[in-house]
Parts: sequence; structure tokens; C-alpha cells
Amino acid sequence: MQYLPQIIFLLAFSAAVLFFVKNVKQLRRNILLGKDVERKDKKQERFKKMMRVALGQSKMLTRPIAGFLHVIVYVGFVIINIEVLEIIIDGIAGTHRVFSFLGPVYNFLIGSFEILAFLVLLSVIIFWIRRNVMNIKRFLSKELKGWPKNDANYILYFEVVLMLLFLTMNAADYQLQLNEYQGYVEAGAYPISQFILPLIENMSNPSLVVLERSAWWAHIIGILIFLNYLYYSKHLHILLAFPNVYYSNLEQKGRFKNLASVTNEVKLMMDPNADPFAEFAEDDAEEIPEKFGASDVTDLNWFQLLSSYTCTECGRCTSECPANQTGKKLSPRKIMMDTRDRLEEVGLNLNKNKGEFQDDGKQLLDDYISREELWACTTCNACVEACPIGIDPLSIIMDMRQYLVMEQSAAPSELNNAMSNIENNAAPWPYNQQDRLKWAEEGV
Amino acid sequence: MSEQISVPTMAQYMAENKKPEVLFWVGCAGSFDDRAKKITKAFVKLLHKAGVDFAVLGAEEGCTGDPAKRAGNEFLFQMQAMTNIEVMNAYEIEKVVTACPHCFNTIKNEYPELGGNYQVMHHTQFLKSLLNEGRLKVEGGKYKGKRITFHDPCYLGRANDEYEAPRDLLRKLEVELVEMKSCKSRGLCCGAGGAQMFKDAEKGDKEVNIHRTEEALETKPDVVAAGCPFCNTMMSDGVKNKEKEDSIEVLDVAEMIANAEDL
Ligand code: SF4
Ligand code: SF4
Repeated sequence: MQYLPQIIFLLAFSAAVLFFVKNVKQLRRNILLGKDVERKDKKQERFKKMMRVALGQSKMLTRPIAGFLHVIVYVGFVIINIEVLEIIIDGIAGTHRVFSFLGPVYNFLIGSFEILAFLVLLSVIIFWIRRNVMNIKRFLSKELKGWPKNDANYILYFEVVLMLLFLTMNAADYQLQLNEYQGYVEAGAYPISQFILPLIENMSNPSLVVLERSAWWAHIIGILIFLNYLYYSKHLHILLAFPNVYYSNLEQKGRFKNLASVTNEVKLMMDPNADPFAEFAEDDAEEIPEKFGASDVTDLNWFQLLSSYTCTECGRCTSECPANQTGKKLSPRKIMMDTRDRLEEVGLNLNKNKGEFQDDGKQLLDDYISREELWACTTCNACVEACPIGIDPLSIIMDMRQYLVMEQSAAPSELNNAMSNIENNAAPWPYNQQDRLKWAEEGV
Repeated sequence: MSEQISVPTMAQYMAENKKPEVLFWVGCAGSFDDRAKKITKAFVKLLHKAGVDFAVLGAEEGCTGDPAKRAGNEFLFQMQAMTNIEVMNAYEIEKVVTACPHCFNTIKNEYPELGGNYQVMHHTQFLKSLLNEGRLKVEGGKYKGKRITFHDPCYLGRANDEYEAPRDLLRKLEVELVEMKSCKSRGLCCGAGGAQMFKDAEKGDKEVNIHRTEEALETKPDVVAAGCPFCNTMMSDGVKNKEKEDSIEVLDVAEMIANAEDL
């Protein structure tokens, strides 16, 4: 019987890890439904950017208040995980506070964890107020109605509960230490939970043990649940922000990719002497796409799909978007959320049909993202600049415009006029190319 | 001031077996749009003043393809790009300067992969280099002490990380440079980019250029300075919409330098 807690712990822990691994595999499969894109070069530069932007959160402080609070929660989250390591070892080995042999270092660690836990608690409460009480525009958008809003709040509640459990566990432990109860050696420093002592000092030792153990178990089970909740939540960003920044675009933002398949055809058109077979022999047959641009998630590349899962729905992109600021339907955050929702739908379809996608009569275009949204974009890159974790909503908009224009000839009619002018007289307006130097003749 | 400045073409240079120091890429707006032509002329005056040996492509120049590409028409873009590259490569062009950030961005970033490799500069960068080399003098004059706010063109700023060249030039004019609420990397678009210039806006509660103009007016400027012919049009329309065109001018940085010098 003495090993029962350890067995239960191992079972719970393995179940959580297995379930997590299963979700990660599914995530990976879904992301790899995307087309290939070269993002594995310049490893050093990528690594540096990841350290700066993802680990160092360099872009978060553009908005000082939210950025500062986020850094606290983030640092708290990462550092308090050292404590989780101890909890896991204790759980498996049946020990109690296995790191306590570190003495003063241990006291320092536990003391810091407590202070961090308290700061996290405060920040999370402010976050909740920002989201639910203050009218901050980027949290009021239509696309956040329903699940996204609840999801954000659930996480905040989760964190509050976890932090309170952590502090309760410490307080009970500390009281037991003071009572010199067997098994509770003096270890750790409790700058925050000491304030809970007055509430529990009259409890008997056995009840304190029950309190301490319940808090311990609830805390670790809570963490295991949190781990597996991630997949269903915008909180995936705490993991995916790292690969997403690593694989993000390193080119100048103004450089939009040139479609290689088009290059081949244009070369052929411009050079009648070119040997068509020689041209194509250079490339793999695979490089000739079955369609131009994107109408569904599988036409996008894996980085764009990874980004859709990474997006934390913060709305920094949308609040900088000129189209959105002036009341247009376009919201770059919604572009990312729609991409993820459609990808999830495709993923579920695959699960149901043994890995073979069954046509469901839907696609990303029109069923999720409307043409009106796509055409409102000024390609200004404000969303790309604003995103703290390297997401590029603009690239998805561009791919979808390409589909509309090159596959469907469905540009707004004024744009079609401009384009036919370019085609006919090399300017978007109907002026004669021969007159391009007229301004000089008019006299400088 | 009525001295006629000649604007040689590459074809003429070729015929004389000469090569200019730099190709001035005029762009469609700079060639045809009445407002933008003034920018073109101001810039040419400055080139002339600094003794820069330049030439233009004239009728051999064609749209870079930027609006086509941002509209999603990759075919048309690449057709334009390859045609232009063929012309420029035939003239063995090495250095290009343009007063349009869209042309600048496209030629600089998107042409190399298609075979067009040139050193490309925005006119504010080029003017700054002339200044540094001591070939051009920029000083106070007409705008000394005036309140000026600079509107960052998306395709110069965020797209290519150039925020300082135009501001350095303005500082040389000894103006009082005031920044808008959103500026530099967080600068707000004028509403023209991504081929929006050539279509009506989607339904909303405001035009983007009005929104941006309001931000500019908050700084109580004497002049809204721009570095792009499209921004210039958008901001001018915005100022007119607010019935402020009598007190607030919208000017390209090159125009301001030329005016200050009374060229
Ligand atoms: S690039 Fe498009 S979507 Fe992004 S901020 Fe600018 S207008 Fe909005
Ligand atoms: S794309 Fe980036 S900035 Fe926009 S909501 Fe997602 S995480 Fe935030």
C-alpha cells in the first residue's frame, strides 16, 4: 500500500504525457499538410532571432503595460517549472522536497518561486480586468466572441488556481515544519505563504497533512491538465512561439516571393527561341503547381500553418491594421484564426476518414475568409511588424489574392482596368508609354 | 531659374557611348501624375544642382509591376519585371535611384531573383549621400523653424527599414520635426498601397487617408512631408477634405529641399 501514491502518480503522469504526445503528433501532421517552403537556411541568424524575440520577448514591450505584465507571467511560468521538476521527482520516487539538501540555495529558490507566484497572481488578475472590465478595443472584436474569449479567461482562472494551490501547499508545509511534524524537515523560505499561516495555525497536524497533500496533488494534476489543454487553446503559443520565430521570414518585409512556376512560363513567352523542354527539365515536375495561390489551407505552406496554431489572438496585428482601424472587415488576427479553424476541420476530417481527406464542400476562401476582407488589405506590413511572435498574416492574404486573380480572374473591376492598362501601355493609367518623358519636354 | 535642364535618356547616352552615374527611375506616377511630376522635376533640379550625371529610360521604362503583384497578378508582374530587366541589363545599369518607394522596393527586392541586380536607392537616401559627399548643400532657408511632420511610406519604412534618411534631410532644413502618434516602424499606411490606389475602398466607417491625415493634423504642422507620390496624393486629398489646404502644404522631401534653395 505504501507505494500506492507513487503508482497513481506514475499512471496520471504517463497518461498526461502520452495524450500530449498524441496531440503533438496530430499537430505536426496537420502542419505538414502545407506546401514546402525554404526556412531551414541561416541557422545562426534564426537562432539569434529566436532567442531575442521568443525567449527575450523583445517585441512585447512595444506595449509597455501589457508587455511588462506578460514578461512577469512568462518568467514566473518558466521558473516555477523548476519546482514542478521537484514535484515530479517527489511523485515518482516517493520523496518529499527532494532538492531540500541544497540548503540555502533551496531556500532562495523556494523564496523566489513564492514571490514570482504572487506577482503572477497579481498580473493575471490585471489581465482579467483588462479583458473583461476595461473596454480595450482589441479584446472586443467580433472574432473573439464565444470560445476565444472563454479560452482566454479559462487560462487566467487556471493560473489563479494553480498559484493559489502552490502557495497553500507551501503554507501547510511550512506550518508542519514549524510544528516539527515528522517527515516535514525544515526547508525553504516562505515570504508569501507565511501570510496564510494565521488561517491554518490552529489546524491539527493530520489535517495539515491532508491540506498539504491535497494541494500538492491538485497542483500537479492541474499542471498535467493544463499541458493537455494547450492543444485546444491559443495557449499553444507558449510552445510554438519558439519554432515559429525560428522559421519566420528573414527577408526584407517588402520582398514578396516570386512564383518560380510563373517565372518559367514568362521566360518561355518572352523568348520564342527557348526550348520548352529544356526549361522544364531543369525543375522537378512537382514544381509546376496544379493551381496558383491559395483557396484552402493545403495550398498554404507549412510555416503559415504553424503560425496559425501559434497565434495567441492578442490582436496587436489587428489594432495596427489601417483597414481595421477604419472599420473595414479585414482583421489580420481573424485571418490567422480562420486558417487554424479550417486546418483543425481538415485534421478532424482526416482522423475520421483514416487519413484520407473526404471532400466536405468547404474551403478557406469564402467559407472562412471573405473576398471583401482580402481586398481591403493595403499590404502595409503593419500586422507583420506588430506580431510579437513572427507571424505574417499578409502572406496568407497575398496567396489568396493570387488565387482570386490568377485562377478565377475575380479582381475588383477597377483593378482589372488598372491591370489591363499595365498590360497594354505599361502604366496603371491609360497613358501612352511613348509619352513617359513628356514631363521633361514641359520643362523642368 | 528658367534655365532649361536637359533630361538625357539612356538611348541618347548609349548613342554617345557614355554611361551615366545613375539611372533615375521615374515611375508611372512620376511620369504621368500632375502632382507627382512636380516631385520628379524638383528631384531633377537637385540632381542637376549637385552635378549628378544621370539619365532616364523615357519611353523604354514601364511599370515595375508592383501594383499587379500586390493585386495578386504574378504573371503580369513578372512580365513587367522581365521586360524592364531586359532593358536595364542591355544598358548595363548598375545604380538606380527613384522617388517612388514602390518602384524602389520592387527593383531592389524582387528583381534580383529574376536577373536584375542593381544598387537601388530611394531618392532621400541618394540625396543624403550627395549631402555626405559634400555635393549638395541643404540648409534652412524657407522652412527654417517650421513645424514639419514626416509620413513614413510603408514601402520605404517597414518594408525596407529606412526611417532616418528623410528625417536627416529634414533636420538639415532646420525644421521643427514633430512625430505623429504612429510613426516609423509603427507608421500608419496612407491607404494607397497594395494596389488600393487603383480601386475603391471596401465598406468601412472612414477612408484610410482621412484617418492618417487626422493623425498628421494632430501635430499642428505647417507642412506634411512625404516621400512617395502615392502618399502625397492621399495626404493632399486628406488635407483638402479637412479644408486645410490653404494653411497646410503636403510636400515631398525633395520638393522641400528644392524650394528651400529656391531652385
Ligand atoms: S498588411 Fe494588410 S492586413 Fe496587415 S496591417 Fe496592413 S492592411 Fe492590415
Ligand atoms: S498574428 Fe500575432 S499579433 Fe496577430 S493576434 Fe496572432 S499573435 Fe497576435
